[in-house]
Amino acid sequence: MRSPALWVGLAILLFWIACALLGSRMTPLDPYADDLLATLAPPSMAHWFGTDQLWRDVLSRVIIGARDILIVAPLATALGSVLGTVLGLLIGYARGAADDIVSRVIEALQALPLVIVALMALAAVGTSNATVVLVIGFVFTPLIARTVRAATLNEVDLDYVAAARLRGDGALAIMFIEILPNVLPVALVEMTVRLGYAIFFVASLSFIGFGIQPPSADWGIAIAENYSLIGSYWWTVLFDAAATASLIIGVNLVADGLQGLFEL
Amino acid sequence: MLKFLMKRALLSLITLAILSIFVFLGGQLLPGDVGRAVLGPLADARSVAAFNHQMGVDRALPIQYWDWISHFVTGDMGRSFSFRAPVAPFVADALINSLKLAALAFVLVVPLGIAGGVWAALRAGRWSDRSLVLLGQSLGIVPEFISSIVLILIFGVWLRWLPMSADWPEGAGALTQIRYLILPALPPVLIFFGYIARVARVGTIEALNADYTRTAILKGLPWSTVLRRHVLRNALLPTITVTASLIGYLVGGLVVVETLFHYRGMGGLIYSAAKAKDFPMLEAAVLTVGAVYALASLLADLLSSTLNPRIRSGRT
Amino acid sequence: MNATPADALRIEQLDVVYRVGARERRVVTNLSLAIRPGESYGLVGESGCGKSTVALAAIRYLARNGRISNGRILVDGRDLMRLSALELRRLRSRSVSMVYQDPGRALNPTIRIGRQMAEVFEVSEGLKGNAAQERVAGMLARVQISSPRRVMDLYPHELSGGMQQRVIIAMALSSDPALLILDEPTTGLDATVEAEVLELIARLRAELHTSILFISHSLAVIGRMCDRVGVLYAGELVEEGTTAETFGDPRHPYTVALLRCVPRHGRRKDHGRLETIPGFLPTPGSISGQCVFVERCGNATDHCRHEAPPPVALGARLSRCFYPERAASLPHGPEDAPARVAAVLGASTRTQAPLMRTQNLSKTYPVAGRSLQALHDVTLELWPGETLGLVGESGSGKSSLARVLLGLSKPDAGSRLELNGEPLGALAGERTRSQRKALQIVFQNPGMALNRSQTVRRLIQRSLRLLGLSNTQREARLRELAASVRLPERHLRDKPRQLSGGLQQRVSIARAFAGGPRIVVCDEPTSALDVSVQAAILNLLVDLQAEQQVSYLFISHDLNVVNYLSDRIAVLYLGRLMEIGPTPRVFAGPHHPYTEALLSAGRIRLQGEIPSALNLPSGCVFQTRCPRKIGRICEEREPPLLEGQGEHSMRCHIPPAELAKMQGTHAYEQLE
Repeated sequence: MRSPALWVGLAILLFWIACALLGSRMTPLDPYADDLLATLAPPSMAHWFGTDQLWRDVLSRVIIGARDILIVAPLATALGSVLGTVLGLLIGYARGAADDIVSRVIEALQALPLVIVALMALAAVGTSNATVVLVIGFVFTPLIARTVRAATLNEVDLDYVAAARLRGDGALAIMFIEILPNVLPVALVEMTVRLGYAIFFVASLSFIGFGIQPPSADWGIAIAENYSLIGSYWWTVLFDAAATASLIIGVNLVADGLQGLFEL
Repeated sequence: MLKFLMKRALLSLITLAILSIFVFLGGQLLPGDVGRAVLGPLADARSVAAFNHQMGVDRALPIQYWDWISHFVTGDMGRSFSFRAPVAPFVADALINSLKLAALAFVLVVPLGIAGGVWAALRAGRWSDRSLVLLGQSLGIVPEFISSIVLILIFGVWLRWLPMSADWPEGAGALTQIRYLILPALPPVLIFFGYIARVARVGTIEALNADYTRTAILKGLPWSTVLRRHVLRNALLPTITVTASLIGYLVGGLVVVETLFHYRGMGGLIYSAAKAKDFPMLEAAVLTVGAVYALASLLADLLSSTLNPRIRSGRT
Repeated sequence: MNATPADALRIEQLDVVYRVGARERRVVTNLSLAIRPGESYGLVGESGCGKSTVALAAIRYLARNGRISNGRILVDGRDLMRLSALELRRLRSRSVSMVYQDPGRALNPTIRIGRQMAEVFEVSEGLKGNAAQERVAGMLARVQISSPRRVMDLYPHELSGGMQQRVIIAMALSSDPALLILDEPTTGLDATVEAEVLELIARLRAELHTSILFISHSLAVIGRMCDRVGVLYAGELVEEGTTAETFGDPRHPYTVALLRCVPRHGRRKDHGRLETIPGFLPTPGSISGQCVFVERCGNATDHCRHEAPPPVALGARLSRCFYPERAASLPHGPEDAPARVAAVLGASTRTQAPLMRTQNLSKTYPVAGRSLQALHDVTLELWPGETLGLVGESGSGKSSLARVLLGLSKPDAGSRLELNGEPLGALAGERTRSQRKALQIVFQNPGMALNRSQTVRRLIQRSLRLLGLSNTQREARLRELAASVRLPERHLRDKPRQLSGGLQQRVSIARAFAGGPRIVVCDEPTSALDVSVQAAILNLLVDLQAEQQVSYLFISHDLNVVNYLSDRIAVLYLGRLMEIGPTPRVFAGPHHPYTEALLSAGRIRLQGEIPSALNLPSGCVFQTRCPRKIGRICEEREPPLLEGQGEHSMRCHIPPAELAKMQGTHAYEQLE
């Protein structure tokens, strides 16, 4: 019952993962080498995607540019998902005062667009791959917690939870053995959607200098570096943009496919 | 009704209070040593201590918080580290600019999104519905920096129809301002069109399948009446709730767009404050965005409860 | 020449198919029926038999994936499929109306009642504004809503379920239609409210001469409301005739079997087991070229397996069977074993101390600053091996009682709960393991009571942990349990959603019995199941009780079932025990006035609605609706529990002897 969309998405994703893993070994030319004869050269047989202002081959840089974003975004998503799922389960199960307080806090935090929360936090702790992972992870936690909480609330009222209490199961056992398997599909779908958003987010942050830091070949950085040349030297920007878009599309296709799968 | 309004307003205030605590902690606690964060790792300890003392960040946290928040509500938002001047005028200016941009984007995306969503719902399952959903989704995942660049290329560089940055000449009239603001308004419109259309679509489909719609049809009412009187009112309720977060984002979240178009809105203000580690400016601007969202949320709730009386009585 | 008035509804050889995935499923096959003007016709059958589909087809409102593949439907003489959109609308606004099961959802939550109702007049008669509002008020008065003007200003969520349904009925009859279709209109309503709604429908029908198509799974309701009845099985009409003839002298094996499943005529468990229908309901449309009932029919012959019987006319009746005259002599199931059951049950001794006892049990919930008294001062005892039936409508506190007994909710201070003479901790977590093993529950809806992400084996194993057995011992016990609930072992590796409702409930029962309980609370265990499946589950419960000497606290709203299963009955109203005593005595009389109304099957109608537990009436909580209220004493003082003959107590100011006289020697009414 797999849709073609899911396969296409997986293909794209796997391609970029391969790029991230193999890095320089996969590139036609050395991404750090400069070809002094060709600066800002348009696409040609020698350089399929042209060269940038530092005489480097754009195609090779696009390939290795996949690495950092494919480390940072998934890690951040995983962190946010795990924390968010646990938090959502806890407050959904506990209800009462704990739920009220935490929900209020989550609501308060949601008043702010994620990007400015991230900017403020990164301004405070400084920007590096590690801090970006942590900040985005924590910023995602309330969002995922909210979804998991809603799903948990639906489950808690069902009689099988009462049956578990009646045989003396403790709260932890009920949450993680009984309820979690039923809530997991929701959490997983949420996670894949968030992954797409994480890539979007990290790319945007990198573009404005608060994400992945130079000298990485990350696409967001490359676009920011070459943006002013866009009028005459479009290839320095377009291919990185297309790569970013394709990765996000790939992840979204996979997310959609999974969503369809779980609804069966 | 009034009681409901008061209750909701109180809740908003509590939310804002909680938010202000987080914003404050974010600015004061996270950096660790504020002076060190601002002056950099190479500054000597004495300058850092002097800075901290001058800025009052070596006092106890609750005192700092109280000082800050009590001034904030009276309009005194502290002094900027970078500009050595009061923060409030910067925030006020940026807020007005952001509101203009937000208004334009809002007026474009909300009717389009709702119309799209309802249209798709009426053709649910058919090819036209699927195309619209796909379109909305595709547009929604393109990061703003990419769509902005593409738009600038097309309309600014190649076609030369619209100005490439949003700095209009002094004293420009409303129409001119709008002309400058169209390009920067488009990226959020593209992103949110899909989102709003999706919410409107789901709401409409639910309303179409509801028992009360069946009752209305079986009464023999003409389809247009059923749609207008029974379906749409219930269908659009979820959309209203969503517009509150939309407004919040349009006012404070357009960092990339404002930067690319050189527009001095809240997003741009927060960005430059973050780069300069100007914490007072940062905190004030962020809290202001939160306040705008809280207000929008309150208005949305009010509108919802007018349309659906069940909300007024508590649980739906 | 006098033209005979057209039939209100005439269906000729109707086939309806639904497209599911890539395939088409025929949900209704070759259905023909006719309803004359002023006649009331009931369509009865179990779930999936297609009765709702027929109702939807009759107003041309099938779902998008459904279509009429064959046949004709004529409403008030007009061919439904030939109508243009405009004509169809006009037909719907003037000639036919429909009333559904969930009245709350059928009303638009954002529009006031008066406005929604006025729409009918706007469309059918072109009235507007005040003129329409006048008619609305008139219609509301007709359905006996006092203060119609006040109700017209309200929104649907501000009305109770009974009121909502009355509004819907008023709306349906506003256009004075030729045909009124009712699809399970009282399912989900309390018994006393149901009685009122049914009475209302009957009265209005008489006044307006409307024809009625009444769809229900309840034989009792159809028997009460309809002149003629059609029995549907797997999309085919297998029998048709007058209600009296069809239910009294059925001519199709399915009808015979169905009637036998329902405990009627005051039948009790010591008289014998309930009949069941072996096998399972086929998916509609899966059977062709043979009789649709053949797999489950005790009278089946080879002929039945190779040819589908045509409808056979028997005078004004109809039966789709080759051997209608043999229907009544359908062999009974091999399950008739009264002797064994009776012998064991008779041994339920009272010489021992009670197994469980509650004293002054109260439970109050704080709701929005006020207190909701769910239970007040309930004192009960449960003996080993007996079944105590618990009867009550919504707000009676029966669910709260179950929850408190099981330890799912904490009773108020001053309540005492004892098991085997020892005090019982308030919450399950505070009780000892043996106490937890002793008290278990079977829930109403097995779909929600079984964790859908676990296999049956795992589900039961988790409950077996209470026993602390080794792995091999646990496996053996698991097999034992599966066998005792007649669950085929191959289902152990299934997930709940792969099982039918009846099988799911068996798993639920197995889980409850896993730890070897002493008391099992059965909370409406068969309400969500079809009639034929219900009988099998009830038989199982009786068997398990006989084998293991457990006691049951059996909660149900179905008096027939309670009468069948229970040794004693307790009647609750608004959290108070109104009557308690041995089943035969409670049913024979004298009765508490509330019980009297419940047992009268609608003959005695109670005034008003059940009061909210937030705002209890003063004195006796029943005084606002009691037909036997004697005066101020009922409003001022809460009556004590007075004991009559044979441990039969009633909470009423009128002593039992007086009640007996007032009520006559009421033999148990036939709940038909």
